[in-house]
Amino acid sequence: MAAYQLPQWAALAPALILALTGLVLFLVDSISPRSTDRTLLAGTAAVGALASLAVAVWFTAAGVGTPTIDGGEGVIEIFDGQFVVDQLALYFMIVVTIVTALIVVASYDYLAGHTYQAEYYSLVVLAATGMATVAAANSLVTIFIALELTSLPSYALVAILKDNRGSVEAGLKYFLIGALSSAIFVYGISLVYGATGYLQLNSIAEVIADGGADGFGGLLGLGILMLLGGIAFKTASVPFHFWAPEAYEGAPAPISAFLSSASKAAGFVIAFRVFNVAFPLGEIGSVIGFDWTVAFIVLAIVTMTVGNFAAATQENVKRMLAYSSIGHAGYALIGLAGLSADGGELVMSAALMHLLVYGFMNTGAFLFVALAEHWGVGRTFEDYNGLSSQAPVACAAMAVFLFSLAGFPPLGGFFSKYFLFTGALEAATANTAMLAVAAALVVNSALSLYYYSRLVKALWIEDPPATRDRLSQPTGLYAAIVVAAVMTIVILPGFGPVAEAATGAAEALVN
Amino acid sequence: MMIEALIAVALIGALVTFVAPNRVAGKLAFAISLVPAALSLWMFTAFDGSGNALLDGSLAFESHLEWIQFGDYSIEWFVGLDGISLPLVVMTTILCSLAILSSWTPIDSRESQFYGLVLFIEANLIGVFSALDFFVWFIFWEAVLIPMYLLIGVWGGPDRKYAAIKFFVYTNVASLLMFGSFIALVFGLGDAVTSFALPDVADAMVNGGGVQSSVFGIDPGTFTALVFIALFLGFAVKVPVVPFHTWLPDAHVQAPTPASVLLAGVLLKMGTYALLRFNFTMFPEQVETFAVPIAAVAVISVIYGAMLALAQTDLKRIVAYSSVSSMGYVILGLIAYTQFGVGGATFQMVSHGLISGLMFMSVGVIYNVTHTRSVEEMSGLADRMPIAVGILVAGAFGYMGLPLMSGFHGEFTIFFGAFQADFAYAPLFTALAMFGIVIVAGYLLFALQRTVFGPYSLETDYDVGRAPLHDVAPMFVLLALIIALGVAPELIFDMITDAVDPILNGGDL
Repeated sequence: MAAYQLPQWAALAPALILALTGLVLFLVDSISPRSTDRTLLAGTAAVGALASLAVAVWFTAAGVGTPTIDGGEGVIEIFDGQFVVDQLALYFMIVVTIVTALIVVASYDYLAGHTYQAEYYSLVVLAATGMATVAAANSLVTIFIALELTSLPSYALVAILKDNRGSVEAGLKYFLIGALSSAIFVYGISLVYGATGYLQLNSIAEVIADGGADGFGGLLGLGILMLLGGIAFKTASVPFHFWAPEAYEGAPAPISAFLSSASKAAGFVIAFRVFNVAFPLGEIGSVIGFDWTVAFIVLAIVTMTVGNFAAATQENVKRMLAYSSIGHAGYALIGLAGLSADGGELVMSAALMHLLVYGFMNTGAFLFVALAEHWGVGRTFEDYNGLSSQAPVACAAMAVFLFSLAGFPPLGGFFSKYFLFTGALEAATANTAMLAVAAALVVNSALSLYYYSRLVKALWIEDPPATRDRLSQPTGLYAAIVVAAVMTIVILPGFGPVAEAATGAAEALVN
Repeated sequence: MMIEALIAVALIGALVTFVAPNRVAGKLAFAISLVPAALSLWMFTAFDGSGNALLDGSLAFESHLEWIQFGDYSIEWFVGLDGISLPLVVMTTILCSLAILSSWTPIDSRESQFYGLVLFIEANLIGVFSALDFFVWFIFWEAVLIPMYLLIGVWGGPDRKYAAIKFFVYTNVASLLMFGSFIALVFGLGDAVTSFALPDVADAMVNGGGVQSSVFGIDPGTFTALVFIALFLGFAVKVPVVPFHTWLPDAHVQAPTPASVLLAGVLLKMGTYALLRFNFTMFPEQVETFAVPIAAVAVISVIYGAMLALAQTDLKRIVAYSSVSSMGYVILGLIAYTQFGVGGATFQMVSHGLISGLMFMSVGVIYNVTHTRSVEEMSGLADRMPIAVGILVAGAFGYMGLPLMSGFHGEFTIFFGAFQADFAYAPLFTALAMFGIVIVAGYLLFALQRTVFGPYSLETDYDVGRAPLHDVAPMFVLLALIIALGVAPELIFDMITDAVDPILNGGDL
């Protein structure tokens, strides 16, 4: 027993530290608004993110959120269950803070010469706060508020390059569709509330189990579908994916990395928690008349196929990565598609692992694009030709990211995809439709190797154009890229604990 | 922890070399590569193991750690060496050092990246030959692909892009086939195995009776046969056997010399090594069933590869096609399934690694000096570069299987073993394959006669003279090893047969 017992709300420390960091950044900026000390700002944001990461890792290691039966400290409920800190929450806080730290470091060079430095960093950190809060939110209303806390800064961040038409347009598009999807989401919440009379996830489940929602099956079903729509928007899943390539392309590349890795992870944690806790499969089917895993099976297959096929036809590297990140949303959706009334924690934990690995490899890939934008080499595959002769280290890192995204064996992406595959096969014993999902996963991974390796070929094998200036070596960007690459590889020997944490997080949900 | 040390030195060395300045990279990489070479030689002398790593034997330098637990299966860090893998590891480390030395002359751009990739390949090759958990093994197996793809694609000849992509696509598709079928096998074995450790799988297959119940609605016998065929096809591309050999000449001809040395010397052995470890160790019954078609494929590879070599006019292409033929012998030895057959095949893997490495180096040295590889343009090189040409001729004799050189012992034991084999028409297949020797001697002598003998008449702007010492020195080392193994094959043959016996005796010593 610790000598001093921390208050309950301290369990939210990772999110609170991020919020505090955001406020400190405002404070720093308001002390001398005219001068901009970029090092101080980026440093503060990075320290905040890393401190938050450290606390989240420490909590996980110390057993916070592990059920007491398993020898942990127990799941912590805060504010009458509006928030819970369990393994799942901590797991996603780790993912979010890792990505935040990486892109904050990378932004140091990317933003050199731009206006609104302090605002940029505080918006990033506040958005991260929202994502970390989402991870722990256990009621539809806290989920919605946290989600908006994520979205609002994101809209501004996408449009922060004020002089760049693409950026502003992307911001506008993102905002309009985001507002629409928020409306749909909130409407779904109200329908679920109308049908069950509760907003807190476990209370909803109890009402459904007790038969309290029996007369409102249609209402509840519609509400669930609308929630699904809102989530599909956040995770950039088909058919709500159209904003993603535009927004990612127009946004400053570090923000594209942030949105496609961390923000997407936040969308998934909502999906995982809401659908597992509030609408458990055993009971919901008889009430609303359908099994929601069917929706996720279709969504997963369509999303990965559309994303990968669209990515294969792109000429612009950033758009290719944007579409490929849609494809990866499809892979993560397998986690929900593979659930069944009697379990599915295996496939769920595989999806969690994939999101963690994805946090490194996808962020890294977008940060490489940020580096290329920093150099001003252009945007198409051809513009990237022969970069390796001038910047071998960054290009080696990029090759690591791309092969890992493709699921090539020595790298982290191979393992998470393999586990998704075996998880899907395991789930197929309960639901034969999962065989189709597993097949789609393999086919799409094979296809993705084509367009990822195309970029590797451009970087390494094609000859550089005769006229290209010497490339600078921005420290922050390089540091972030190299760390992400090293982690994509080093995660392999450490995959044991990762798998353990992911399994623990999945078991927190699936009973 | 010796194996980990070998891999770690090469990996860290690769990173260090990758970021080192270009002008020191070659020397640095060579110095680093001497460490695993020396360590592996020490391991060779200190080898203390017996039997077969997968079936019935005690492993040397074993380490076994828990890694990932997922669902019902665990993945473990499991490495160790037996009499089959140890000679291959030693050959790998030595060939890598020599390949690095032989790159000093031809590689003149982006050296640090080049040598970094070579060391990276070395680390993974050591891993392939020592890993005993399927996942660990597969990671190393696939990790070889990317650096080799880059070596060919960045530093290769004029058609390098085509060759690199062809190499990558061929071998990767084969790997996927092999991966899928092996995973299916493990699932098909059901509760008999709970990990991907190869010894567990081999034990379940050989002593546990193999797949017991139907898998995906396929009955056990058919399922096992399908897995056997899929695995065989997966590895056959890597070996390569006819008709999956077409990537090899392209890759070889375009690849820079040191990459060719590694490709022919070690990468092809990955295929036969895997065949031995998987198909020929885990599926004794299927080996019997499919003996005749496999023997036919082996013989076709021998004859057809040799005839293709005979038709080439590019010296490097000749050596490249001759590998198809030599690897055919290895397959023949394996399918013979006798002590001399399988043992000889393993011996031939090492021997061919050394000899083909030597041949590619000689061709490389000649090319460095003459800037041509066309047999028709060259003539009378013996006058201008006697030492290099002398080694080339010696290497060719090794290839032809002259006594007192390692090739002789390899081929002789294979033929001896194949004659004893008890599948149908074994003597006939063997006799046909032996005819390959005549063609091999034919094309080698034909090529030598046109290039090195006769009057000197090469029209070139370059000064054709003697090769520098660091080009010739690695070839001397290889030649010395070839002769050493030829004179005293028992240096490695005893430990090989020790490890081969359990395979043939159904898991018992």
